[in-house]
Parts: sequence; C-alpha cells; structure tokens
Amino acid sequence: MNPSTKPKLAVWKFASCDGCQLSILDCEDELLAIADRIEIANFPEASRQVMDGPYDLSLVEGSVTTEHDRKRLLEVRKQSRFLVTIGACATAGGIQALRNFSDVKEFTSVVYARPEYISTLETSTPISDHIPVDFELRGCPINKEQLLEVIQAFLIGRKPNIAPHSVCVECKLSGKVCVMVAEGTPCLGPVTHAGCGALCPGYARGCYGCFGPMNSAQPKSLAQQWKRLGKSDAEIFRVFHTFNANAEPFRSMEKADAD
Amino acid sequence: MKETLYSLDIGDFERLLTVIQSHFELYGPTVRDSAVVYEKVETTRDLPQGWVDDQAPGRYRLEKTDSPLFFGHVVGPQSWKKYLFPAREQLWSVKKESAQVKRSANPQKPMAFLGVRSCELAAIEVQDKVFSHGTQPDAFYHRRRNDLFIVAVNCTTSSRNCFCTSMNSGPKCNGNFDLALTEVLDGAIHRIVVEVKSKRAQDLIAPLHLKTPSPAEIAAAQHAVEENAKTMARSFSTEGLKESLQNSPDHPRWNKIAERCLDCANCTMVCPTCFCSSTVDTTDLTGDNAERWRQWDSCFNLEFSYIHGGEIRKSTASRYRQWLTHKLANWWDQFGTSGCVGCGRCISWCPVGIDLTEEATAIQEGQE
Repeated sequence: MNPSTKPKLAVWKFASCDGCQLSILDCEDELLAIADRIEIANFPEASRQVMDGPYDLSLVEGSVTTEHDRKRLLEVRKQSRFLVTIGACATAGGIQALRNFSDVKEFTSVVYARPEYISTLETSTPISDHIPVDFELRGCPINKEQLLEVIQAFLIGRKPNIAPHSVCVECKLSGKVCVMVAEGTPCLGPVTHAGCGALCPGYARGCYGCFGPMNSAQPKSLAQQWKRLGKSDAEIFRVFHTFNANAEPFRSMEKADAD
Repeated sequence: MKETLYSLDIGDFERLLTVIQSHFELYGPTVRDSAVVYEKVETTRDLPQGWVDDQAPGRYRLEKTDSPLFFGHVVGPQSWKKYLFPAREQLWSVKKESAQVKRSANPQKPMAFLGVRSCELAAIEVQDKVFSHGTQPDAFYHRRRNDLFIVAVNCTTSSRNCFCTSMNSGPKCNGNFDLALTEVLDGAIHRIVVEVKSKRAQDLIAPLHLKTPSPAEIAAAQHAVEENAKTMARSFSTEGLKESLQNSPDHPRWNKIAERCLDCANCTMVCPTCFCSSTVDTTDLTGDNAERWRQWDSCFNLEFSYIHGGEIRKSTASRYRQWLTHKLANWWDQFGTSGCVGCGRCISWCPVGIDLTEEATAIQEGQE
C-alpha cells in the first residue's frame, strides 16, 4: 500500500500513566500488520518522527486536569476525523479523579514544597466531558485485544464488537465458577463493564472494577450483598472509589453508603 | 424396548466408563474451583466421589465427606448446554478474494454425558424443541444431539433450591436416555443399579457381562429416589401461573425486584434452557478475512433489545419481567412446555439470591 493513502494514526496523552498507549506497543505479533495498514503519524512513545495533522484516527489517553490540557484537547479534536478515548483516565477521569471528592488546595499544600507553582483544575474529568468522542474504550489498563478490535473496526468502517454488559457474562462464557456464590468472596463483577475476560475471578479473586460500571450497573444492591458477606460501609465505599470513582453510578455510592 | 436392570460394583463402573470412551468423548461431573463442573472425564477418579453441595439462594458450598457416592452432589453452575449449544461458536467465514462463504465444520467426536439428572434431561428436551424441532433446525446442535449418548443419574438427594417435583421433571429420570444409574448404599456396600433404555446401550454394555441386581437392590434404588421426591424442601405451585403472569405486566412487584436485581445476567447464563444468543461479525487487520460467530446473550443485557432508535426494554424491571414471564408463561405458547425445569440454578447462582419461585408466587398471589 502506498504510504500516502494509509489512514493516519495519532496517539495523545493527557493526565495518565502511559500504560494504555503502551498497549499498542504490546501488540507485538500484530504491530507489523498495524503498521502495514496505518501510518503511525504521531506517537511519541513509539517514534520521534511526527507528521502533521489532520489525523484519521486519534487515540486519546488520560483525563483533563489542567486548563492547558483542556485547550490542547480542543485542538486535538479539530485535528481528528475519528477520536477514540482509551482507558479509565480518559473515559472516567481515572484514579486522579479522587480529587473530585476532596479539597485540591489542601492536597497541594501537603504534597508540594511550593504549592503556588501548581496550576491545576479542581477536578479530573473524562475527555467526553469536554469534546465529542466517537468511541470510549474502557479499562485500567485497556485490553490489548479490544484495542485491536477497535482498530480493525475503524479500518473496515464497522461498529467495534465491545460488549457493554457485566463481567459475570464473561465468567459464564468462559466456564469460570462464580467466586461470590461458591466462596463468598465479594466481587464487583456484577456491576462492572466486561472487557478483561474476567481476569481476577479466573484467579479466585473478586473483580476490582477496572473497567468501570457496566451499562446498567446496580451497585446499591450489590453493596447490600457485600454487607451480608461481612464488608463494612467504609470498605464498600473504598472499592467503588478507585480508577473509575468519577463514573456514575459508582460516583453516587459516596453519599448512599459512606456514612 | 423392555426395561433391563443391572447391578455394578466400582470395578464394573470403571469398565463401563472405558467401554463408553471407546465410542464417545466422555463428559461428566468433576470438582474444579470450589464447584462441581462438567468437563472431560476418563476414570471414576475424575468424578466428585464424596463431595456434597450445600445450596441456598445466592450460595453454593462444596464439602468433602467420607461418602463413597459418586453422585451425592446435585446440579452445579454449569449445564449440558455448554456442549450442545456452546457459549461461543463460529458459524462461517469468508475470504475477500474468493467471496465464498465457508460454513464452519466444527468437527467433533460423538459425545457421551455422564451424570445427567432428570431436570437436565428435561432441559435438553426443552432445548431440542428450540433448536432441533421446527422448520429450521440448527444444524450444529442437531448433529451433536443426534450423536449424543446419555448416562443419566437418578437423584437420591436434593438441594434446598431444587424443585423438580413441582415442575414434574424428577427426581426419577423418565426422558430419553441410554442408561440411568441409581447409587445404592447398604452399610459399606456401594452398588450402582443401571437401567438400560436403548438398544445401542444394550449392545454397548453386552461385553461387560453385568450382574442382575437382587430384588433388595432394586427396591433400595427405587426407595432412595422416592424418598428424595417426598422430602424435597422447595415446592412451587404453577397452577394458574401462566395466566397470572401474562395478566400482570404492571404489577408493582416488578419494580420491587428491580431494586435487588443486578442485571448481571447470571440467571440466564446458568439456566439450562435459556437459549438466547447474538451473532458477532469479526474482521482482521488485513480486512481480507471475516468470520461470523454466535455467542450466548441474555435478555438481562440492556443492549440485547437494541434496535434502530434504542433499546426496547430499558428498565431492569422490564427485563426481569421479560425473563420470568417468558420462562414460566409465554414459553407454553411458544414451545408447548414450561421453560423452567426446577433445577434451582438461577436461585443459587444469583449473586444476591433472588428466588424465582418466591417472585413468581408473589406475582401470582398479588403480593407487593
């Protein structure tokens, strides 16, 4: 294929740990096939060579935590024909969205020797709070197979096959035994968005909710069952307030069950 | 054919498994990850000998005992639909260059199921109506089902969530099977009484030269199953249920259930008769190869009722109502049978322990 006719890919980083964009490089077996089909035009983690926009496909990692990033994001949207957010930071605000439930000024005064140098927003918010997004790929980190699926779907012009239902469905499709029913292990699977392939229940652990709330999550009912399994209100508050704390309905668990 | 009975000791049972495996891929119960699941088995050592399960709504616990019984447990999280109607199956593939659709072959050695309970026989018959009967039988299901050899087991114990007697599906196996086993324990003497139902089963076991059971063994086997039926803890009245469910779409109970229901779809995944699936088309990076897959889906998944313009059943209450009303009422109109066989899996494996019999009874009795 003539390089000039290949769709151009750009990868953008906002407030994040880089783990999700590194999933692209983690596609070792498929990387050559990807490079064969797509011009990797702007991906600083992979290459110093940066081509100018506009770009056909932008993958956006990270959340918006500064005014500078908010403005930069508007520019990214202008330069992108198709924009996909990748990972819990970009889709929900990430672990750094815990600031949304606290006093950022107090944090900065404790953490930094010269807090006046810090210029930050009061909140960490998902990309879709600021610009229209074409698709959101969940996970902390994202699943490499799902990323490939999104790229394949983009190339062929179809909707990605990314199921929005519970992790429980993944457990059952793969024949895993429910750790909550068979062992009494508290698990977030029933309220968590599928995508990881039910990784933790496969190792006899409860789900940690890395992919955030599924499309019809009922966390209040699940929290009642966690209480019956011996978890305290404080522990329950904590499990809903990790990587996807800012995503509804996990976010609302604050008032209902924290006291 | 005329019912023929034999009596097996453990050595005979082992030889029976061997002779079955000379013709079939044998699947049966085995212990994995704190549950009795169905997997490939080779010898009696793979079976859950001595394991018993304690079940309650939202709860399943496995415990090892000194009992010599191989089938002292009841049904676990999986059902035989995982083999007859696999969770994921490729239907066809196509290459861009030839543009020829290649139907997937999915070759498989004929299967034998060991330890099929009466409720599971009933469930297989329900899925037969869905997949095998009618004008468009499912070729994959049909072939696997036609080749299937069934070694059933009469339950001599039941869990607190079992209610086969209410659904007229057990505990004695009456459906289509090849062999049916009943374990009999008389002090330290452990024997298995075998009922032979099919000609091919008779031919298969002929070389084993099995013993005829004593009248006492036959009576003990019969008694054990009858006692189990008499002492089954859970009962469920289905009289007038179809009409009352079909006439109660606005019952306030639906909203009450929705406060507890997680929408997680576990009940439908573990149900041995639930048959809903979705088709998924995949393409690879080159764009030259496409495949169509079928995989289990559920009426509890919001996106399952998605059509142009949005989802039809948006609320949890509407999805629970769809499931329960279809299972216990509309199924009669569609397939001439109930969709529930009384196995209790949906009660045990609901993470919050929602009890189908309790909810249906509440609707029927007009409780809120």
